[in-house]
Amino acid sequence: MEIVPSQRTRTNTPNDSVSTLPLYRYAPQLEVRLEDFEVFAMDRLRVLKGISDALARGKRPEEMENLVRDLWKANMRHPEASEEVNKDIISHFVLRLVYCRTEDLRKWFLSMETALYRYRFLLRSSEAKRALMAEFDLPCKAISRTEFENVKEKLEQVARSFDQPLPTADAIFYKVPFEEVPELVAGRRVYIHKGHAYVAMHQVVSLVVTQFRSNLSKALILTNRKWTSTIREQERDRLTPIVEALSMSYLGPDYSQPKEFGEISIKDLDQLARSSFPLCMRHLFDKLREDHHLKHGGRMQLGLFLKGVGLRMEDALAFWKAEFSQKVGAERFDKEYAYSIRHNYGKEGKRTDYTPYSCQKIISLTPGVGDHHGCPYRHFSEENLSAALGRMGVGSRAMEDVLDKVRNRHYQLACTLTFEAVHGSSCDAGINHPNQYFSDSHKILQPKISKMPVSCLHLLKHRDPCSIHYWDIFQGTECMPPCLHRTIMRHKEAEVLGISRGFNAVDLLQFVFIFVVQTPSIVSYFFQIVYLYKLMC
Amino acid sequence: MTKEESKNGSDDMLIDGPKQGNVIPDGFNPNYLKVYYGRLFPHADIFKWMSYGNDGRHPACDKSYFGRREFSFTLDNDIYLRFQSFNSESELENSIKEKCPSKIDIGPVYSVDPAKRHAYAQGGDNVFAPVERELIFDIDITDYDDVRYCCSGADVCLECWPLMTVAIKVIDTALRDDFGFDHILWVYSGRRGVHCWVCDGKARRLTNEQRGAIADYFRVYKGNENSNKKVSFPGPLHPFLVRSYTEVLREFFEEKLLLSQNLFSTEERYEKILSMIPDESVTSELRGKWQENRRSSNSKEDINFFRWEQLKNTLQSGKQKVQGLRRCVEEIVFAFTYPRLDMEVSKHRNHLLKAPFCVHPKTGRVCIPIDPKDCEELDPTTVPTLSELLRELNTGDSRMDVDNEWEKTSLGKSIRFFRSSFLQPLLKSCKEEMESGYKAKIQQTKNSLSW
Repeated sequence: MEIVPSQRTRTNTPNDSVSTLPLYRYAPQLEVRLEDFEVFAMDRLRVLKGISDALARGKRPEEMENLVRDLWKANMRHPEASEEVNKDIISHFVLRLVYCRTEDLRKWFLSMETALYRYRFLLRSSEAKRALMAEFDLPCKAISRTEFENVKEKLEQVARSFDQPLPTADAIFYKVPFEEVPELVAGRRVYIHKGHAYVAMHQVVSLVVTQFRSNLSKALILTNRKWTSTIREQERDRLTPIVEALSMSYLGPDYSQPKEFGEISIKDLDQLARSSFPLCMRHLFDKLREDHHLKHGGRMQLGLFLKGVGLRMEDALAFWKAEFSQKVGAERFDKEYAYSIRHNYGKEGKRTDYTPYSCQKIISLTPGVGDHHGCPYRHFSEENLSAALGRMGVGSRAMEDVLDKVRNRHYQLACTLTFEAVHGSSCDAGINHPNQYFSDSHKILQPKISKMPVSCLHLLKHRDPCSIHYWDIFQGTECMPPCLHRTIMRHKEAEVLGISRGFNAVDLLQFVFIFVVQTPSIVSYFFQIVYLYKLMC
Repeated sequence: MTKEESKNGSDDMLIDGPKQGNVIPDGFNPNYLKVYYGRLFPHADIFKWMSYGNDGRHPACDKSYFGRREFSFTLDNDIYLRFQSFNSESELENSIKEKCPSKIDIGPVYSVDPAKRHAYAQGGDNVFAPVERELIFDIDITDYDDVRYCCSGADVCLECWPLMTVAIKVIDTALRDDFGFDHILWVYSGRRGVHCWVCDGKARRLTNEQRGAIADYFRVYKGNENSNKKVSFPGPLHPFLVRSYTEVLREFFEEKLLLSQNLFSTEERYEKILSMIPDESVTSELRGKWQENRRSSNSKEDINFFRWEQLKNTLQSGKQKVQGLRRCVEEIVFAFTYPRLDMEVSKHRNHLLKAPFCVHPKTGRVCIPIDPKDCEELDPTTVPTLSELLRELNTGDSRMDVDNEWEKTSLGKSIRFFRSSFLQPLLKSCKEEMESGYKAKIQQTKNSLSW
């Protein structure tokens, strides 16, 4: 691929694929205008980002097919129809440069491009599919009539187990070594015998996708090598800045370097867990406090999260040790567990600084017996989830919305709604990462506290005996998040909250006065509350 | 053995005394290990196994193969030595005898000798990474704690051990019939579980993703204490599950487990089963019958059988309005009996696993191979222990040749089994693979030379 300045026109040369679904095996022998370089890449990035968001929101395969078709139509068209294939190929190769540079970037790009290929493949007709299959080097053979008769009963059992139509007499099945179709094997979607999987025509996409993924994975490594050794330096003034800018624009921060809020200390943890941890981490934290132990999955998920939140390694070691020594003893902790904490911080082994898990990763984990990690929206039964959310302070109306999202498997949306209910403010970006939940929560809570006058801070920190009433209202939490201000300012809830807890109006007024006056955003509500309680007295 | 005797006995080991009173006390003692590694541990067999035919005799042998395998030793004072590697049988043997590890783990075969790993970069071409590793499974009975009432934690007894036997049968059949593997070694882990080593060449070369897929294929039990129903079959069962159910699990559940674990005998226990039925009308009907605690019909039949039959009848009779009831019986049987694997062990190639014929430090029992065709015969309470073996050595025929001292002991049976049903067929097949690969290569070069 040759990048040329804008004035020159492009000459077309045939690429490596006749069909409209290119394999991206070789960089095309084309000249690309510099402006197209960036624009094409951005367009494709919009498609990939759209896929990423949809997958995170738990969209079903049928919805994904439509989504991909729409995304492609919206972004990847070209005024000259013949140029569309070129745009496809060029944008792919440009993004390869952008996303080859780190393990995380490669992983994301690989997943999205594979998903994109999968759904574009599915959208093709059967003949087109068969033609595309021929372009891959697939080790599969169609089975004969006799063999089909022999295994027909088993094939029917498999079909029934997924509510699929039974294979007809003229159905084509492919026999393929099982290791070529790991996804189908993992889901028990195929009959396997003596190392061979019997794959139906509609499942053939799995074969194709596996190969596509493996080819692209290898290609990315090669691209990275070329980038580091030659391209980056050569293109220092031209392409490199574009490439680096492109990679920043669409992926969220990975929270591997905790920035804004600096460090947190161990003594803040209990309070922070109550006010700012997402449910998954709060559950792990509570279980750790309760059992003084967590299994490996839980240690990883919570440990990396705490690192992202700003807990320094020394503090982390002290924290985990304080808990674990109550169960296994300090000595055993030092021997068996301290190493892996240092490992998480990149101080042992191959010294990788591990990044805290994103929601997508956590949702994909499957906790087993005795585990508490994974995404509680996915794994908790409704009762347990309701109880846990209730403990977090989610009201009954919001609870119903959350549970509705859970039933539709939109776990991140459920968490977002929880965030909104607990903090009383909207979260438009949606929750994609537990550390994002934490930092957004912290942003909402922190500034308000620092704006308070000394007397309030004093109350907060030292729990002045005369302020006991106020604390009792809110179950003794040491930090009054502004969300609760807004909550109590809604009349009905204020009534319910105040009256149900049996405190007197004077106390409420006093409390409200201290906080409300300091928080300009709800000053206007103050007088309504005073009025309301004057009525009560 | 009383405490006083054991204190006295540990100092003089009476190994060479012929037929004196055997005062080798029970328990695990590092001195015993020295004797074990010196005279009983089958170093040569382990070496032959780990070489997979690369013993230098065939021109196609890879002489570096054994040297690239990672071993790790856990020493007496909990010191853990990773990335140990050896270039020959004698190096391996000498190191084991010298260091006397309380545990030996086997890791993967890496791209280069693990001892030289620091010379290699993290990424790019010259990377230090696993290239071959057996497909392994680890089944631990503590993962079944929520469904066994006789023991918990590290304890095991003859009532709950059959859960392991059943697991072996299900997994072994699937590995052979479904996946087409032949060279499979099952090993008793020494205390509370079993390990499985699949050693076919194809298995050793599987990627992490493929291993994960096999582990997921075997996975049925999902969830933890926070989810109610851990086994759920939304549709008819896959042929693998059907076979497991009809050939192994149903019979085991109905004829053994119901009784041995008294699954319906108390309210707490039957409530656990009732919680797996998602239909209130069914559960309340059954609860009503059982709460009375007496049944009118013949009291000869065991209460567990009786209630299980009642449950099945109630579920299977009548129209099932609720979708989830159609396979409820199977779900219950699977929840109690289906194997629970440790997914992480199988998924990652760099996972270390304890070597067969090690001695478990807490129980003193030897990790002996298990014959999957005869796995009911294994009784974990009678597996040879270190001290028993040493006693046998003492009382054994001292005229026997020193090379095969294990023949004097109960270890002999295990080593013979290891050789005849696992090692020899494996090595034969490795040689054949090597030979055919070599021939193919020669043919290729011949072809490419043609004018």
